[in-house]
Amino acid sequence: MSELEFRKAIRDALHEEIERDPAVVFFGEDVAAAGGVFMTTPELHERHGQDRVFDTPISELAMAGAAFGAAVTGLRPVIEIMFGDFMALPMDSLVNQSAKFWYVSNEQASVPLVVRSAVGAGGRFGAMHSQIHGTWFQGIPGIKIAAPSSPADAKGLLKSAIRDDNPVIFLEHKRLYSVKGPEPTEETVPLGTAAVVREGSDITIVSAMRGVLESLEAAELLAGDGIDAEVVDIRSLRPLDHEAVLESVAQTNRVMLVEEGTRVGGWAGNLLGILAAEGLHDLDDAWIVATDDTPAPYSPTLEDAWLPGGAEIAAAVRERLGVAAAS
Amino acid sequence: MAGTQTERAHERRDHPGESPAEYLDRYGRMRLIRRFEQEIHRLFLKGEVHGTTHLSAGQEAVPVGVCSTLEPDDYVAGTYRGHGHALAKGTDPEALAAEMLGRRTGVCGGRAGSMNVIDLEHGLVGCFGIVGGSIAAATGAAISAQRQGRVAVAFFGDGASNQAYFHECLNWAQVFGLPVVYVCENNFYGEFTPMASVTAGGEIGIRAASFGMQSQVVDGNDLWAVREASLEAVGRARGGEGPTLLECQTYRHYGHSKSDPGKYRPPDEVESWLGRDPLDLARARLLDMGLSDGDLAAKEDEIDAQIDRAVENALAAPYPDPERDSGTEFKE
Repeated sequence: MSELEFRKAIRDALHEEIERDPAVVFFGEDVAAAGGVFMTTPELHERHGQDRVFDTPISELAMAGAAFGAAVTGLRPVIEIMFGDFMALPMDSLVNQSAKFWYVSNEQASVPLVVRSAVGAGGRFGAMHSQIHGTWFQGIPGIKIAAPSSPADAKGLLKSAIRDDNPVIFLEHKRLYSVKGPEPTEETVPLGTAAVVREGSDITIVSAMRGVLESLEAAELLAGDGIDAEVVDIRSLRPLDHEAVLESVAQTNRVMLVEEGTRVGGWAGNLLGILAAEGLHDLDDAWIVATDDTPAPYSPTLEDAWLPGGAEIAAAVRERLGVAAAS
Repeated sequence: MAGTQTERAHERRDHPGESPAEYLDRYGRMRLIRRFEQEIHRLFLKGEVHGTTHLSAGQEAVPVGVCSTLEPDDYVAGTYRGHGHALAKGTDPEALAAEMLGRRTGVCGGRAGSMNVIDLEHGLVGCFGIVGGSIAAATGAAISAQRQGRVAVAFFGDGASNQAYFHECLNWAQVFGLPVVYVCENNFYGEFTPMASVTAGGEIGIRAASFGMQSQVVDGNDLWAVREASLEAVGRARGGEGPTLLECQTYRHYGHSKSDPGKYRPPDEVESWLGRDPLDLARARLLDMGLSDGDLAAKEDEIDAQIDRAVENALAAPYPDPERDSGTEFKE
């Protein structure tokens, strides 16, 4: 079976949707002629022309605002805000214009807009090129947030995002771009649905994006200790599929949430609150592994310690369960 | 400059769009905005209009002059001082009044209020509560407009010319040759602060030059001058010649918002601007064009009756029902 690289999944989804729907346009900084700084979008410009795929000035606020204005007048823009950290710049347009339009207009029209960004730490990019901005938006009604961990999901979720009539923040973890995986079996993956990516009976580990891969690695390590971990890929941060997690927890009675991001204000804290409110009767234990409350550091030793990797996740489970590591 | 424009306007009197009857209608639209704002002011003091409002009385010639050069399906983005933008583009005064009153029959069902009116049916892509937001909305609408053979207009104030929106979007529009007209309603105060004390360079129009963009500084209280400048700018946009910045100098008669009596403005400055009330100027000009007092009075009565009816009906309309009108987060 042929394998699909994550960055190619992004490009294929864009290509297919631009071809499928004449209203789809794609623009951003260095996305056209250069093909994207992470080489996610080469050849789209050549294949679809300047009207459909074009480079923009380094003007994130104008980009989001222009995408909003275009979206309420008939187009379906996909924009790339190169690094998630840069999302601090277009916040006004996204939060006050795009996210509120459907409701405030009394449902005259919605805003079919996708905002793609490369996110996450581990690339030695330092504090201003390593953040995951999903949690900046999780408290904003009217905006969806997709966070794939596999190439197949990246393609299916991006296609769903482009076809969705509402604004969608689309998170692409930098340390997933070179990951390869099976081709998708379905055309689209619905936004707001989690997936069980490893079945197990002793504990549920929930994570997103790169954290899912780390959690799967942890699950393999834990298997050697006789702990059978289930891994749930949350896949979207809003809507947050807490029901899938509740279902899993009903079987395992323990849950650990692994977030690349701070404990305070993160999606994991949000989810833990929902689990406590709705699933306390099924829970023997529930906790969060997250990053320290500091910005992402640059130095490899500091950054590696800051990120929750597979070994740390496994260690956290053993410690909580009082199980010693098998040597 | 004004004299030249007067002569040109007189020469064009028999041209389409330049007849006394058409200017009488535009005068009527200006009076509609004025009377609307006066009624909103009255209803606010009575506690019927909630929160805050930003009234545009004194600035009517700008939206009426500009919108008189647009087609019904062209796009407009307005500001939180946007009642005039909506009415000039064709929003029903009753639906707009009902919106101010928070009623179910409001143009946005009472969800938007004074600052955030949206009326897509009339090409109003929105009025924006954050300074500068309209600039981006119109720039984006112009991306669509370029494919649809339409034009987009952004109304914004002098304060917005110091926002990132202004600089980023004007550059963007010029780079892509977008069919957009940026209409700065320079009323010389950003909230309570005099424009000159926080705006480098003296005037806003000249900022276009740094982008290689066409621009013009216009007497924003002169309906004829605004219309003439807008005809040129909209024509340029529609002809594929790109964007224009119009700085229309005008003055608001009320304070910034409902909590502001406007005491920071020197009395002689206020008096001088009140002496150049755009409605008075238009009225005098129409008499000069040969219309009679009776013609004007008939139009004024017609507009006043329209506003009275709009407000009466809006006041009689029901409030939204939380049980059935609360809406959904997303479009399904």
